[in-house]
Amino acid sequence: MTSLVLENITKRFGAVAAVDRVNLTVPDGSFVCLLGPSGCGKTTLLRMIAGLEEPSEGRVLVGGDDVTRTPAHRRDFGMVFQSLALFPHLSVGENIAYPLRIRGVPRAEQARRVEELLALVRLPGFGERPVAKLSGGQRQRVAIARALALQPRLFLLDEPLSALDAKLREAMQVELRQLQQRLGITTIVVTHDQREAMTMADLVVVMNEGRIRQSAPPVEIYRRPADTFVADFIGITNLLRARRGPDGAVRVAGGFLAGVTLPAEEAMISVRPEDVRLVPPEAAAITGRVEFVRDLGASIEIYVEAEGQRIVAVASPRERPDLQPGATVGLALPADACVVLGA
Amino acid sequence: MTTARPQKLADYAPLVFPAVMLTVFFVVPFGIMVAVSFFRRVQGAFYEPDFVLANYARFLSVFFGEVLGFSLVLAALVAVVAVTIAFPFTYLLARLPRRRQVLWLVALLSIVSLSEVIVGFAWSTLFSRTAGITNVLVALGLMDEPMSLSPSFGALLTGLSYHAFPYTVLVLYPALARLDPTLMEAARTLGASPPCAFVTVVVPALRNTILATLIMVFVFALGAYLLPQLLGRPSNWTLSVLITDQAIYQSNLPFAAAMAVFLVLVSLALVGLSLLVGRKEAAQ
Repeated sequence: MTSLVLENITKRFGAVAAVDRVNLTVPDGSFVCLLGPSGCGKTTLLRMIAGLEEPSEGRVLVGGDDVTRTPAHRRDFGMVFQSLALFPHLSVGENIAYPLRIRGVPRAEQARRVEELLALVRLPGFGERPVAKLSGGQRQRVAIARALALQPRLFLLDEPLSALDAKLREAMQVELRQLQQRLGITTIVVTHDQREAMTMADLVVVMNEGRIRQSAPPVEIYRRPADTFVADFIGITNLLRARRGPDGAVRVAGGFLAGVTLPAEEAMISVRPEDVRLVPPEAAAITGRVEFVRDLGASIEIYVEAEGQRIVAVASPRERPDLQPGATVGLALPADACVVLGA
Repeated sequence: MTTARPQKLADYAPLVFPAVMLTVFFVVPFGIMVAVSFFRRVQGAFYEPDFVLANYARFLSVFFGEVLGFSLVLAALVAVVAVTIAFPFTYLLARLPRRRQVLWLVALLSIVSLSEVIVGFAWSTLFSRTAGITNVLVALGLMDEPMSLSPSFGALLTGLSYHAFPYTVLVLYPALARLDPTLMEAARTLGASPPCAFVTVVVPALRNTILATLIMVFVFALGAYLLPQLLGRPSNWTLSVLITDQAIYQSNLPFAAAMAVFLVLVSLALVGLSLLVGRKEAAQ
């Protein structure tokens, strides 16, 4: 069993804590995405798991063994780097065979395994090609095949798809997830792309400023963000300031919000644009003025200004509301779609 | 990167200055040397224009053949020693923090500023019996009594390698500084210990740089004519020493020119050959 446990992992560079007391348990065979803006410490955390960086504090446990002080080359993890780090002087086959050659695997066995891996990443017959002659997506697959050559205990990927164009990236996300499920290998991917994380992960770990802000399955991260940072970072959301009156009624953007209770006098509420419903102004608790309508074809975004706060609502083309900038519109915020966050 | 081919004559304008400099300071002097190598020497005078092959015929002897062979072997050895030491050194240097790198590079440049004469005398002092490093070894109890290590082939090889070392580092530095550090990390995650990753990834990934540097140091060492006289025995004298001797002390410029032309041709042939071998290997 190769579950991964991080205990109180901290990495300090001088006075700055790049990773600050991170605790995380990754179950065996699961796919975890470390998600966060650049500089949030996610790559440093991955490098500590790989053994390329030593934690200032804390422990890394793999399958129950403490590997905190084990050098990278004895950890038996496969890693794909952001730059891919394919060896320029070796052919595709030699790149994939490199870890086998280092271990002294017999030549015939090496050749058999290379064929197997090339088939796995759907590049059969590419063994002889020089690395420089491959396209971005092909290089990506070679890097994945090489990292998997030794049947590693953990599969680590650092922004693996960031160099690919948007279409190819989406296709590779699905492919990578399918590959991981087929092999059942415990996988950790670092990414700053939330779509990527939502597509692939069993568990999304949102990080900011060296700390884990929330760690939950993708849908929960989206539906139930833990704080304003997560709500704002994952997808588009309306962050609205809500105030509790002396009578206990909650007011948002000049209207009353029924069915929501606040933990304090004042709190932030997150509502996804697709949950905001447009209603006739006469019956609505919240009314506002349409500022801008963005018709994207597949969806229509309506920007509404209400009591100094901007609220975005998304309507499907089937509804296609007949709204012009300047019109007055009513908004309904369903209580079950409103997530109350700390200040 | 794609660049447009020159269309008009004016497009070649940026080449004019370097072309003129190369012609005036390299092609013309070399041409004069080639011409002089066919001139006839006049005893007691200088030389007069002629076309004789006697100068070339004269060193087609066992003696000059041996000196030429020794010069080539010595230069090749110096190249191998200097690159073998400088390559790991530069690799580690390129991974130091920037400020420390600058300090090392300044130190290396200050060695470059020393002339061959100073390097030679410094090493002959270090290799001497009275003030040399053997005294340190005696003090440490590793030797019974101090001895002189110079002149000898070892002293000459050390001096030349020392002299070539900073140049070697400076030639290797850009390539090693540009080398993607994730290549080493990838090798480590794939099961290679750091020394193993160095040998199996860094060295082969930079084999063209290494070959080019070997050639540069080889040519550099081939031209040394002071250190062999300061640190070597007469049997360790290189062709460059003989050329200097003929040109300056024997006033036999045609013969010196012929030897120089021959040395240039032989080293060009060797450089061409090693490039050819390198390309063939790369193609495989």
